[in-house]
Amino acid sequence: MKLSVGPLLYYWERAEVFAFYQALASAPVDSVYLGEVVCSKRRALRQADWAAIARDLADAGKEVIFSTLALMEAESELAALGRIAAGSVTIEANDMAAVQLAGGHPFVAGPHLNVYNGQTLRLLGALGARRWVAPLELDASALVELLAERPDGMECEVFAYGRMPLAFSARCFSARVRRRNKDDCSFVCGEDRDGLTVYTREHEPLFALNGVQTQSAQVCNLIDRVAQLESAGVNILRLSPQSDAAAPFAQVIEAFARAGRGEPAAACPPSALPGGYCSGSVREGHH
Amino acid sequence: MADRRGIELVCPAGSLPALHAAVDNGADAVYLGFRDGLNARNFPGLNFSPADARSGIEYAHRHGARVFVALNVYPRPSRWSAATAAVDAAADVGADALILADAGLLGYAAERHPQLNRHLSVQASASNWGALKFYQERFGIRRAVLPRVLSVAQVQRVIERSGVEIEVFGFGSLCIMVEGRCALSAHVTGESPNTHGVCSPAHAVRWTERPSGRQARLSGVLIDEFAPGEAAGYPTLCKGRFETLGEIMHALEEPTSLNVLDILPQLLSAGVSAIKVEGRQRGPAYVAQVTRALRAALDACRRDPAAYRPPVAHAAALARLAEGHTHTLGAYSRPWQ
Repeated sequence: MKLSVGPLLYYWERAEVFAFYQALASAPVDSVYLGEVVCSKRRALRQADWAAIARDLADAGKEVIFSTLALMEAESELAALGRIAAGSVTIEANDMAAVQLAGGHPFVAGPHLNVYNGQTLRLLGALGARRWVAPLELDASALVELLAERPDGMECEVFAYGRMPLAFSARCFSARVRRRNKDDCSFVCGEDRDGLTVYTREHEPLFALNGVQTQSAQVCNLIDRVAQLESAGVNILRLSPQSDAAAPFAQVIEAFARAGRGEPAAACPPSALPGGYCSGSVREGHH
Repeated sequence: MADRRGIELVCPAGSLPALHAAVDNGADAVYLGFRDGLNARNFPGLNFSPADARSGIEYAHRHGARVFVALNVYPRPSRWSAATAAVDAAADVGADALILADAGLLGYAAERHPQLNRHLSVQASASNWGALKFYQERFGIRRAVLPRVLSVAQVQRVIERSGVEIEVFGFGSLCIMVEGRCALSAHVTGESPNTHGVCSPAHAVRWTERPSGRQARLSGVLIDEFAPGEAAGYPTLCKGRFETLGEIMHALEEPTSLNVLDILPQLLSAGVSAIKVEGRQRGPAYVAQVTRALRAALDACRRDPAAYRPPVAHAAALARLAEGHTHTLGAYSRPWQ
């Protein structure tokens, strides 16, 4: 089982981002996804910064992939996408515009493309997709059905760790709950290093606000299911970055690496985030 | 139709009486779904058998209106043959267009029924011309329904660059999230618009009376609590009252409806081809009233866009029908951007 680190979904400070990726260079992961998926206004890192991080990771033997924005509205966002697609990097397409611009080059079909059946998967395969990341809401039985229909050589990656990206909106919720408009946001999303937890009125952690993205409050953690996923045919597990305050990320990677090698029950550090761990996209006890 | 009146008014029908109400009150087109769990209003007691659809289509055609069949869930492998059968059935009953979201299903429809118009569902999340080009080049889509995330200027830009007809939402319940990119309901109930054609499904809803008020739960999760006497809305996940930053609030959005009456001239001059009314789950009386109001407004706007003002009586009627009795311009307006 291979391991990847998904794109950083939060808006961390520039120095933190560099430090995070520097640490990954020596971590036991195979692939690293870079770039901004959530909000094009976040520009602590420029394209040149990402390129420098990409070079360092590639030199360390990592496969580097650039993830594209999940919600593209503005002309400037399409132009930026065009520049990324024109480069020599592999992209993770999170919108059909990215598939369109990838233009037959090998790409990764990201979790925000809606791939729910073999016909769609084959179509993307014919257009250059070499790997696909299962949608977050795909349940285990649908995943098994879909794995049976995947084209030869198509890798399957599953979101295995992290607060789950559940939804995107035109609205910025991090700004809205602080009574700010999106165009006057002052980058308040940067205050929430793992997103801002939303509780029910009974204090049950439910969601986490991350700019225009809404996540689960609970951290998905499939470490107990690694063997099961492997035997189902999953090739890669995605670990989505959370801060060390949530759980030391290096220890999380280490635990998954051990599980991936089939070594005995590696303990994942507990999550300090409200909500703790859960085992996937469907709340416990419903299916 | 569009060429007769300049812009098409597309109205919802969850039943034959609703279809008749839409056609009788001035809809240029009606959209409906089959009773097969494969469209985004998979509610008990709603939707059409193929025979009802055929009869509705005949009625609409006799009165100069078109009928679109929505088939906009993303079928998983075990539902694939049911989905292709529904595409075939839509062609068989004489639908004027299919509203599809799934790329695989668009490919099937384009190959098997090339003469049948293909509209890209809002559930396909195509919010830019690059994505629309993808669907147009591969599947020859004729029209796309845009997610409710763009400003009017952005809508105009998409129209200029995409080369497909653009349909936008004009009235009804409002998705806060990008359609097709929302798994909140899946997370809490196991069922979502993409997978099951439902959001916050009714079978997961529980109402409980407490001395403090009325609680609305979804799969056990408290979505809202209404004080005695307070109007209680349906517990849609994104419109619940939650706690964050030490405050109880509608953390994502208030219960509100979209209403574009105020900006019809801008939408028309942006070049939209059709205005869509949400609400296949609504009854015939609602459909009649909303259709009548939008028809009057569109006709007034078409006659003299410069002098256009939302027709007062109709605007008041729509306000009464709106969710939470309030409405918004959503992403079309500044505060969302």
